[in-house]
Amino acid sequence: MVKYIIKRVLYSILILLLVSVLLYLIMRIMPSDYVEKTLLDKLNTGVITEADMLHQKELYGIADSSFLGIMKGYWSWFTGALRGELGMSFKFQQPVGEVIADHMWISFGIAMAAFVFQFIIAIPLGIKAATNQYGAVDYATSILAMIGISLPSFFLAYLLLRVFSVELGWLPLQGIKEGDVNGFDFGDLIWHMILPMATIIIGSIGGLMRHTRTNTLEVLNQDYVRTARAKGLSERKVVYKHVFRNTMVPIVTMTAGIIPGLFGGMMILEDVFAIDGIGRIAYQALQVCDIPLVMGYNMFIAILSVLGTLLSDLTYMLVDPRIKISK
Amino acid sequence: MEDNKKEIINNAANTEDVITSNMDETAVQSGAGEAVAVAVAAGEAKAEKKAENKGEFISDNVRIVSPMKLVLKRFFRSRLSVVGLVMFLAVVVFSFLGPVFISWEEDEIDRSQSQRTFYEFSYYTEIDENGNEFSYYTSSINRPDNLNIHAQAFTYGVNKYGKKALHVFGTDGTGYDIFVRLMYGGRLSLMLSFLVVLVYTLIGVIMGGLAGYFGGWVDMIIMRLVDILNCLPSLPIMLIIGAFFDNSGMDEGIRVYFMMGVLTLMSWSGTTRLVRGQILSLREQEYMVATDALGFSPWRKIFKHLVPNVMPQLIVSMTLGLGGTILTEASLSFLNLGAPGTVASLGRMVNAAKEPTVLANYVLDWLPAGVIIILAVVAFNFIGDGLRDALDPRMKR
Repeated sequence: MVKYIIKRVLYSILILLLVSVLLYLIMRIMPSDYVEKTLLDKLNTGVITEADMLHQKELYGIADSSFLGIMKGYWSWFTGALRGELGMSFKFQQPVGEVIADHMWISFGIAMAAFVFQFIIAIPLGIKAATNQYGAVDYATSILAMIGISLPSFFLAYLLLRVFSVELGWLPLQGIKEGDVNGFDFGDLIWHMILPMATIIIGSIGGLMRHTRTNTLEVLNQDYVRTARAKGLSERKVVYKHVFRNTMVPIVTMTAGIIPGLFGGMMILEDVFAIDGIGRIAYQALQVCDIPLVMGYNMFIAILSVLGTLLSDLTYMLVDPRIKISK
Repeated sequence: MEDNKKEIINNAANTEDVITSNMDETAVQSGAGEAVAVAVAAGEAKAEKKAENKGEFISDNVRIVSPMKLVLKRFFRSRLSVVGLVMFLAVVVFSFLGPVFISWEEDEIDRSQSQRTFYEFSYYTEIDENGNEFSYYTSSINRPDNLNIHAQAFTYGVNKYGKKALHVFGTDGTGYDIFVRLMYGGRLSLMLSFLVVLVYTLIGVIMGGLAGYFGGWVDMIIMRLVDILNCLPSLPIMLIIGAFFDNSGMDEGIRVYFMMGVLTLMSWSGTTRLVRGQILSLREQEYMVATDALGFSPWRKIFKHLVPNVMPQLIVSMTLGLGGTILTEASLSFLNLGAPGTVASLGRMVNAAKEPTVLANYVLDWLPAGVIIILAVVAFNFIGDGLRDALDPRMKR
């Protein structure tokens, strides 16, 4: 077991290394860079000269775009990252670690709350659908789940905004707090978070619901369920005590896999709702080729997704002793 | 009835052929699982007759149902998959046949007199010397006379030949006809997604086939590539590459194909995993020993004898993949990374809702586009689900 974990971790490190090289290469072989994006207007109007541009590029460490220069740039990023220094963000003029830490928690809060709600709603519905297979509840939930999966998140966001903010005026349009609120007001924050959270929940609830339904159906066909029924247990006890626990096995492992989703933020949604979460910050950084921040953000996500898969595999082995490591 | 009989005779003839000559093909066919399902029509009086003149027509008391027919039967039994199919056909007919009947072009701007008056309100307050506060309201009225923008639904405009033309859903903020843009947008979405899914499935089949069959270092390299692809966040990468094409001065019409190419390159990992996993178990089966004994080339073994057995799963993953790709394409064009502005695309139409006035007042500008996206994606998901159930041989007939 320990050997397996060590092997997996080593593999993950290798993959992360390759991912970082690839990302850095893509960022650097772009025909445009941060300096050109921000200073091109000034160059065109004659405020600064070509030489100034070059000097700026040198200051940012992106002047040399030969292969050797790129590799040198990567090496300095890499050694810095090993020491825990991800560099200064070009756009925000702040250390990358700080930028990420500043904006991560609002995204995390929304995702976490949405995730909890999703569980509370999806699992009972999934079980209900499975116990009434081909019944009205089953059809209704599976159609709703399917529509939820098929909704483009941005469209759903605008639809909800149109109905609840514009038409009914119940909920705010954008941002995370009212203009006249000073400091921190929890109620106001929640009020602003309802629509973003609803969008996430509606969009992702279908997957979990279907997952629960399939698992429950599978467990319902097991022999021990028949035994439980044969010995005269009430249907309620059979479903919620014997079946439910075993349904949870794959779902518990699935939760480990959503870690990157929790921290990564939602680029499009945060942009639509004007929430300064990590996703929106990354989107802004991407548009101006802010290399340190983009690298930092993407590696953050990559590490989380590697960790997520590793954790979900490990929890799978922990909760289900039948699963053995195969070479 | 006549046709049916002919087909059955053909089938019977084929079976005989196989038995006598093509030894290798038999091995393959039987390995391929349910190649031919034979259903005996019980209780038919013809059974006795058949006993008398043996070998004349197997068809007399045996009904041969091809696997294809079984799948179709199971598929059409599910109500949801039929609904999906109808929705898909509706979208296809709307977007491919629709433009034939409408005399308005995709990038044609209605330059007739505007039918809508635009009011702009503003107010400011002033305090006079006595300390009284006055509020001044101003309104400007604007009615562009050479641009029919934001026309209402079911109004008429003038097309470029000077003829009256109906705007079913009105016009958008540029003067394009929304209904026509929906057709062309749906067409673009469908075509791009089909292209992307076909190509990435092809790559996935080749990669997965190689990895699963050869194992060892080939498998190692391909699977590490897959791992890397899974780690790369796809939306940021697409954004970076979109910015790349923005700055390279590339024609926007070509850019969309490049973006789709990048999308293809980033999406083959799932198919590869699927194919590899299936082939790992299939290659241990007896019929593969037969192909070994017959000395087939690895190429033939992989793509003629292994991959066809993964076909059911592949078809399902392709159908579901189509839905996903339409969504991704819509997100990209929503972020202005897809087709250029003159070309209609559904994601960009939804993007119009970014303007608060459009969001609040001109619902037809963005709502129908989203509905078409949902229709197409739901259709593919329903069809994919239905196919999965229909293609699963463990399901009851």
